[in-house]
This record gives sequence, C-alpha cells and structure tokens, in this order.
Amino acid sequence: MGEVLALAGIYRRLVGARIRSQLQYRLSFALNLIGAGLISFLDFAAILVLFGQVDALGEWSVAEVALLYAISSVAFAATDLAIGHLDLLPKMIREGDLDVILVRPLGSLFQVVSSDFALRRLGKGLQGLVILVVALVAVDLDWTLGRALMLVVTPVAGAFIFAGVWIALATIAFWLIDSIEVANAFTYGGNFLSQYPVNIFGSWLRRFVIFVVPLAFVSYFPSLYILDKEDPLGLPLALQFVSPLVAVASVAAGCLVWRFAVRHYRSTGS
Amino acid sequence: MRLYWELARRGYRRYAAYPGATIAGIFTNTVFGFMLAYVLLAVFRERGEVGGYDASDAVTYVWVGQGMLMTIYIWGWYEVALRVSSGDIATDLYRPFDFQLYWLAQDLGRAAYHALYRGVPPFLVGAFVFDVRLPQEALLWPAFVLAITLAVCVSFAFRFLFNLAAFWLLDYRGVGVLAMVASTFFSGQIVPLAFFPDWLEAVAWALPFAAMVQAPIEIFLGNARGLELAGILGLQAFWAVALLLVGRSVFAAGTRKLVVQGG
Repeated sequence: MGEVLALAGIYRRLVGARIRSQLQYRLSFALNLIGAGLISFLDFAAILVLFGQVDALGEWSVAEVALLYAISSVAFAATDLAIGHLDLLPKMIREGDLDVILVRPLGSLFQVVSSDFALRRLGKGLQGLVILVVALVAVDLDWTLGRALMLVVTPVAGAFIFAGVWIALATIAFWLIDSIEVANAFTYGGNFLSQYPVNIFGSWLRRFVIFVVPLAFVSYFPSLYILDKEDPLGLPLALQFVSPLVAVASVAAGCLVWRFAVRHYRSTGS
Repeated sequence: MRLYWELARRGYRRYAAYPGATIAGIFTNTVFGFMLAYVLLAVFRERGEVGGYDASDAVTYVWVGQGMLMTIYIWGWYEVALRVSSGDIATDLYRPFDFQLYWLAQDLGRAAYHALYRGVPPFLVGAFVFDVRLPQEALLWPAFVLAITLAVCVSFAFRFLFNLAAFWLLDYRGVGVLAMVASTFFSGQIVPLAFFPDWLEAVAWALPFAAMVQAPIEIFLGNARGLELAGILGLQAFWAVALLLVGRSVFAAGTRKLVVQGG
C-alpha cells in the first residue's frame, strides 16, 4: 500500500510539472483546447447529418446515439489525456529514451505513462460532457439510483477498457518499429465504433468487439441499462452490468502484454 | 522542368522507404472503411435512397473515400510552416527554384505513391466484401485519374496557404486545426455531401473542399456525364489555379516581412 501511495505521489509531481508547463502559453493552450474539441465534434456532426435523413439507426434514436457518442467521447478523452502519448513509443525506442527508462528504478510502463499529460485533450472531453448533458435531457430518462450510478461508473470503466487496449497495442512498437498505426485502428477506431450502436455492425465485427477487444462494453451494453432499452441483439441482461469487470480485465491484459513485450525488448544499440 | 520531375520522384521515394508503415496504414484505413460502410448501410436499412445514392453507391463512396484519404493528405501537413518557423526558409529562398512548385512537385510524387499503395489496397478489400460499383464507361477511368490529380492540387494549394500562417503567427497549428476541421467536414470525407441537408450541401459545393474528395467520387460513381463531368473537372481546375495563385501572393507578402534571426 505504501508503495502505491509513493508511486501516486511521484505521478502527481511529474504530471503536475507537465501541466504547469503547458499552462505557460495561455493563448496557445486555449487554441489547442478549442481545436481538440472541434476535431472530435466532427464525429458528432456526422451523426447529426445522418439523422437528418433517417429517424433511427439500428432501432436507436438520435438522442440515444448521442448518449453512446458522449459516453465514448468522455471515456476516450480521459484515456487519451492520460496515456495517449503511448503513440510516441516508437520514437522513444528509436531515439534510445526507452533504454534510459529501463535503467531507472521504477516500472517502465509507469515512466512512459507519466512522461506527458496532454491537457489540450480536455477539449475533447469537454465537448463530450456537453453532449452528454444534452443527450440526457433529450432521452427523457426515468431516473433511478441504479441508472445514476451506472452513468458515473460507465465512462470510468470505458476509459480503463480503452487504456488496456491502448497499452497492449502500443507494444507492437517493440517488434515493428514503423507499424504503430495498426494500434490506431483499435484506439481511435474503437472510439469511433463505440459512438454507434454495436448492432448496426456486421456479425463478425460485433463478435470481435464483444469477445476479443471488448469495445461493446464501453458504451453499448451500459447504455441499454441506462435507457431501459431492449437489446436489439437479444443478449443476456447480465452483460449490461459487467463493464467494470471488463475494465479490470482489459487493463490487466494490457499490463501483461506490456511486461511480456519489455522482456523481449532489445535496444537499438549505440 | 527536369528539376520538378526529379523532386516528384523524391517525394514518391520518401514515402516508399517505409513499407511497414504502409502496411499498417492500409490495415487502419480498411478497419475504418468497414465501420463507415456499416454505418451508412444502417441508414439504407431505414430508407432505400438518400440524395440520389443507393446502398451500393454509399459503400462505393466509403471505399473510394478511404483510398483517397492519404492521397489527398488533408490531415497534419505542416512542412512549409516548419520551414518558416525554424528559419530554414531563408536557405530555401536563395535556392534556384520556385518555392511553391518545389513543394507541389514533391506532393504530387507523394500522392502517386499513396494512391497506388494506400489507395488501391483498401478499395480492393472493400470491393471483395461489399457490393461496390465500378465505373461502367471506359472514359470514366481517365476522367477519375484526372479528377484525383486535380484534387491533390487543390488540397496541396490549400495546405500550402494555411501553412503560410506561420509567417505571421507563432502558433500556426491553431490555424491548421481549423483548416483541417473545415476541409474534413466540407470535403465529404466523413459523410457524403449528398447526405447533407440541401442548404448545407450548397454551402459545401461553394467552397473549395468539395473539389478534394466529393468531386472525384461523383465521377467514379458515374453521377456526372458529358457536360456535367466537364463542369466538375472545370470547377476543380478553377480551385486549383485560384488557390495556387492566392498562395503565391500570400507567400510573396510573407517573404517581404520575413525576418530570420541570424546565427
């Protein structure tokens, strides 16, 4: 326990320094914040355009899809904020920064993760939160304690599901230095996919995001419970409650893959 | 002319040097293509036709669009801005070439590589799985190639233009992000312009962005024939020339006020 607290203290100090440095250039920071929000809002604009043509997508109304979008956005923004710089892992390996990390007396994943904290990505999360509020008003929810609780837990669980996927996929860089873009299909692609109801996708893709890379648990299953909606896929109700467990499993899997990858890491040398 | 041809070849080879990145990119484009195609097909389960498109047109749109994504390269190109903000532009200015054509030549070479290696493979995968429509008339193929070439010119001219913001602003990325947002949405890269409400579609066609993505795809789908086809190509050529000329004069204005710190 003491060890965890010590790590948390180190993390707070390292990340605090990153945040302070980013806040030095206020105008630049504000522009970046707005820019990040606008770019991610494009995905929502696309949803609105589609719903200008139809009333429902796979039995989901625009307000319901907005809820999926918002949950996915908030969860992904949190992950991106905290560990999005894992995309830079190939650069760290190529330039030898990872070798420096490996000789320090702290976990390698911990050091890579605490090496940055891109605050501008809050822009993405903020627009997600705004749309979350709009969606909740629009769906006319029958509030219960269970639903409120689910609404708080879901984005957190979603963020950890994304994190596990991101960590596992980033390790591709240990073997294939210039192929990190494969990870984008699962991270950014996962963000895109979980903005839409899973039942509109082809059966192989549906199975893939339920059983292999558990993106269906980011927004789809919990939202069915929050909306008190019948599952168009007719899957067991229990799936709507297991997102936190899936999140734990996802992060655990991500860390295991990372550990395996680091053990097999060979420096580029010189 | 020889110089620019050599530059185009260098542009091609620069990207051909990383086959691993190419394969990874093809994979990612293909995954996104699948997701977008399923989303649009969900729309066509609700109704048979949207803005003159049927389901087959829509999936064709998605896969041609994914193939064009890297060819057009509307995301994250800051090479000219980096030359300006680093001061390297000073060296470029006394080299015996036209600065804009120097970059255009390289960009056309890059686009040729991306069209062949990032464009064709995802389309083939999509055509294998989905009910994709190919141009029925032989004439449409050369017209499509011409339209893509013009689209790259328009895209380049626009990128060159917003990169020049670096002459006046320290943080040129803010302008870059706004440019990226506008060009992604109004080009039809995420949703076909035919799906837009009428007024928004009209706005999009009045902007240069439709010439980057929507125009070549219209030709590929065979939605424009005869005079209409010539009209689309003409519109693309107009935007290419207009934006290149604006870029030249803004560049001239930028170099007049340019001060590079010596060292």
